Amino acid sequence: MSKIGVFVCHCGENISATVDCAKVAETAGKYDGVAFSVDYKYMCSDPGQSLIKSAIKEKGLTGVVVASCSPRMHEPTFRKACAEAGLNPFMCEMANLREHCSWVHEKGEATTEKAIDLVRILVEKVKYNHSLNEIKVPVTKTALVIGGGIAGIQASLDIANTGHKVILIEKDPSIGGHMSQLSETFPTLDCSQCILTPRMVEVAQHPNITLYTYAELESLEGFIGNFKAKIRRKSKSIDEKLCTGCGQCTTKCPVKKIPSEFNEGLGKRTAIYVPFPQAVPNKPVIDRKNCTYYIKGKCKVCEIVCPTGAIRFDQEDQIMEVEIGAIVIATGFTIKQPDFFPEYGYGKYADVITGLQFERLASASGPTLGEIRRPSDGKVPEKIVFLACAGSRDPAKGIPYCSKICCMYIAKHAMLYQHKVHGGKSYVFYMDIRAGGKQYEEFVRRAIEDDGVNYIRGRVSRIYEKNGKLIVNGVDTLLNAMPVEIEADMVVLATAGVANEGAEELAQKLHISYDPYKFFAEAHPKLKPVETNTAGIFLAGACQAPRDIPESVAMASGAAVKVAGLFSQDELTREPIIAVVNRQAPPVYSSCVGCFLCVSACPYQAIEKEEIKNRNGEVIKSVAKVNPGLCQGCGTCVAFCRTKSIDIQGYTHEQMYTEVMALLNEY
Amino acid sequence: MSSDAHHSGISGLGGEVLEHTDVKVSHCYQCGKCSAGCPLSEEMDYPPSVIMRMLQTGNPSLEDKVLRSFSIWVCLTCEMCFARCPMSIDIPKMMDFLREKSLNEKKANPKAKEIVAFHKSFLDSIKYTGRLYEIGLFVDYKTRTLKILDDLALAPKMMKRGKLNIIPELIKDRSGIAAIFRKSNKKNKN
Amino acid sequence: MTLGFYPGCSLKGSSREYAESVLAVAKAFDIILEEIEDWNCCGATAAHNMNKELSLALPARILSLAERQGFKEIVVPCAACYSRLTVTKHELGKDPALKASVTDANGLGYSGSVSVLNIVQMLDKYVTPNLAGRVVNPFDHKVACYYGCLLVRPHEILKFDREEDPQSLDALMLKAGATPIDWAFKTECCGAGLSVSRTNSVGRLSGKIIGDAKDRGAEAVIVACPMCHSNLDMRRDAINSYLGEKIDIPVLYITQAIGLALGLDRKTLGLQRHFVKVSV
Repeated sequence: MSKIGVFVCHCGENISATVDCAKVAETAGKYDGVAFSVDYKYMCSDPGQSLIKSAIKEKGLTGVVVASCSPRMHEPTFRKACAEAGLNPFMCEMANLREHCSWVHEKGEATTEKAIDLVRILVEKVKYNHSLNEIKVPVTKTALVIGGGIAGIQASLDIANTGHKVILIEKDPSIGGHMSQLSETFPTLDCSQCILTPRMVEVAQHPNITLYTYAELESLEGFIGNFKAKIRRKSKSIDEKLCTGCGQCTTKCPVKKIPSEFNEGLGKRTAIYVPFPQAVPNKPVIDRKNCTYYIKGKCKVCEIVCPTGAIRFDQEDQIMEVEIGAIVIATGFTIKQPDFFPEYGYGKYADVITGLQFERLASASGPTLGEIRRPSDGKVPEKIVFLACAGSRDPAKGIPYCSKICCMYIAKHAMLYQHKVHGGKSYVFYMDIRAGGKQYEEFVRRAIEDDGVNYIRGRVSRIYEKNGKLIVNGVDTLLNAMPVEIEADMVVLATAGVANEGAEELAQKLHISYDPYKFFAEAHPKLKPVETNTAGIFLAGACQAPRDIPESVAMASGAAVKVAGLFSQDELTREPIIAVVNRQAPPVYSSCVGCFLCVSACPYQAIEKEEIKNRNGEVIKSVAKVNPGLCQGCGTCVAFCRTKSIDIQGYTHEQMYTEVMALLNEY
Repeated sequence: MSSDAHHSGISGLGGEVLEHTDVKVSHCYQCGKCSAGCPLSEEMDYPPSVIMRMLQTGNPSLEDKVLRSFSIWVCLTCEMCFARCPMSIDIPKMMDFLREKSLNEKKANPKAKEIVAFHKSFLDSIKYTGRLYEIGLFVDYKTRTLKILDDLALAPKMMKRGKLNIIPELIKDRSGIAAIFRKSNKKNKN
Repeated sequence: MTLGFYPGCSLKGSSREYAESVLAVAKAFDIILEEIEDWNCCGATAAHNMNKELSLALPARILSLAERQGFKEIVVPCAACYSRLTVTKHELGKDPALKASVTDANGLGYSGSVSVLNIVQMLDKYVTPNLAGRVVNPFDHKVACYYGCLLVRPHEILKFDREEDPQSLDALMLKAGATPIDWAFKTECCGAGLSVSRTNSVGRLSGKIIGDAKDRGAEAVIVACPMCHSNLDMRRDAINSYLGEKIDIPVLYITQAIGLALGLDRKTLGLQRHFVKVSV
């Protein structure tokens, strides 16, 4: 005999504004099998939960229906409360009176009637609920960090320092990411590589971190605590164990004119190359697309000069399988090349460059050794113009969002220019100045007040070249839109920050959500910024949205803590809402006929074959068996099964049928 | 007629702009790219981005200034502002609407006298013949503006080159043209 | 091969040489350009500046006439007329209520089926494929191709070439044997309809155009719009006054330049009608 308790929540005014909660509770109290029915303002609060617990104890309730918000909100809360009162948590169900009723309808009788219906069908369902126990699965205490920029480096170090193992993979030949390309960082004007490279070395030397560069994720299977990842280690054409990083090969390689990716096309590199001198690992890779040997079958100079014989032309990509418990994605971002702005002449005029290219010019390890020089003729620009929002905040041609870091790096670039070119004149065309971080506003004021950078509020309509100068046609909107024309020697465009190429494919491999701009989606924009909706996969850094270094580092540490928290348990509990193939007494053993349609239907490969044997070891029949560790409770197999032999615990055929009939019988 | 005007909370002239042209003045974030690229902005009293700002305020005295501005008449509708605007705001379409309204309310800027006169003379010419009669246009224009001597030397030069027709070209369906003019003028009185 | 032909008012009067050169080039390729019967003025700048309904009704009548005459395509050499006709077709196609309200005034029926081609589109479709073999007198000069405003803007409606640094005229001139130069004023406005009412502004705007063409060594400026031609050619005095020097660079219509390359007679192409002597 069921003794069900019904608890109707007002949710402040969220439900009671359109639903007559008292009436719902009163009506429910009259149903067969309901021993207790009450309404209350905030069921999820402490007193609300106490209400449930005392009712369970005093009335000996065998089931609980909480009619309130969505189970995605508070199902764990109420199930825990029931468990504390001694009732199996899976005897507790929630009727969603908020998202499914009060929030989507106007106040009225019909709305209250619908609420009553929702409660009734769940009361009927709970009568068929069974006690279920959580499933325990082991946890593999190794983390995979994808991406070796500052966020990936920080996350790896933090996780490794808690004593757990980390596999860090990076698709480029070296770790370091965009931060290694910067000359100085705002607001401190620290030399970027000086603060980064110690961390890079720490990663390479840490006993708990295994670093694979020139490697990408090939595929991922499994679930939280129990992932299986395949990693493609692209062929570097080098035997890393033999290579000492002496650099003979890169010095002697005859193919010297390939535009350097690290220098954003402003410098050149060889076909066998190390991207930059401080690279970790400091071992070269061969760029097969440009290497003479791979194109024509000739040369092999590197092999000849290598003192340890480390060149391996025949080396192939290797696929490695690893078992991991958690993943941190730190794949970062890239910039949107501004050639879709033909009016600015990027790509047409050599002296119109991007912010990242300016970083390489300003960097002491860059193509001009830190001197600001025009790419066209190598002269030092006497007048330089910086354009903000060249791609961001631009629904017509670019993207509508703000890329966050540009206002700060423009101020930084202008300051660096003024420091390096005494007597030079710099101009910034801006729409707004977004300097919200710690010390950021003061930094921008320094640029304007101390370094004499001319800030002009307005955008530039077009740039064209005349007699070796770049004519910039802008406007000063703070002076009645007065036209401002500047004959500049160099123009720097603040480009938009966008998701990396291949972000969409990676998200699909990992089964995580992403937004329309291909940035990875956080689980909740306010309260869960480092988690994704896929359990066990976390985010760090600019792969989620454009952000600066302090935020990326903070996020990386946050993700690391989530991973460490996950690894602090030896077992993970999983909800028992999984499929089960029925078993019956001999001689039937099971209504399953062994057609195994479910095996091919299951998206998680969670169903196996099981042989039922008699005492003599003879096989009586083969039936399907669900692996409770892999099953995700999607129900596809249930739909496929022709003999109705497979069912989901907590959502059985019986329970579902009862709900539907409870709804229809009223009418 | 866009129903947005009813709900968007934009009132006054900005609301009328939305209703007649689908241009929403709140889209403008005052970047000034339009004014930067406008070939005539230095001759305007209010460059286009300033006109947008004046409409954004909903301030009746600023709205009046817009209708009385010289800007709207010297604007060439060259479409450069629209081509470059990051918010794709159809400024030329808005300018056409402001011009029509400015005329209907008799608020055309006195400095724009010649420009308005030229347009009126042009339309007067085609109203009667269906096609432009250049000599008729010039005569009408000079009558309106009293700029008798301007371009006087041009006429013989054009004639010498065969560019000036003495006799106007009359189309057959002149009554059809007159009907079109009548109907569109009636709409304007509303 | 017969196409509908909408000359517009200026091709009949102050820009007669444009019509002459268009017809000459068409004839050389056996294309018959048949004028739309009883066509009216499209309203040009004056109509859309003063009265929206009028600015749509006048071009609508032209399109209805073309439809009634059975033309699938019409050629509109004047860029302003091309712009008005295309914009009208677009607006009426977008809004059925507006279409009904505008076209019932002309009592002619309107379905929007006629294709409107500007001069470059017509040349690219019907002349360019056969041009290479017919060039007898390559136009061996450095030319600055001037597109003006209304051929390429607004792109969403015209869908022709591109708004920044367009290339269609340059490609045509290349085929005619010329060397098109890269310059900075391809699409900057010449001063348009202010020619009479504010000639000084035209002097400034057109002056900047001629000035840049000259600085970059252009020997001729090529245009595809009678308004632009008028401002750059007929108003040369105002330009010279603005620049403070006398510039002799001639301005040719695209069809005149192609006509010369084809070896057509200079008088047939109307070159003698220009204000600035055509020395090329």
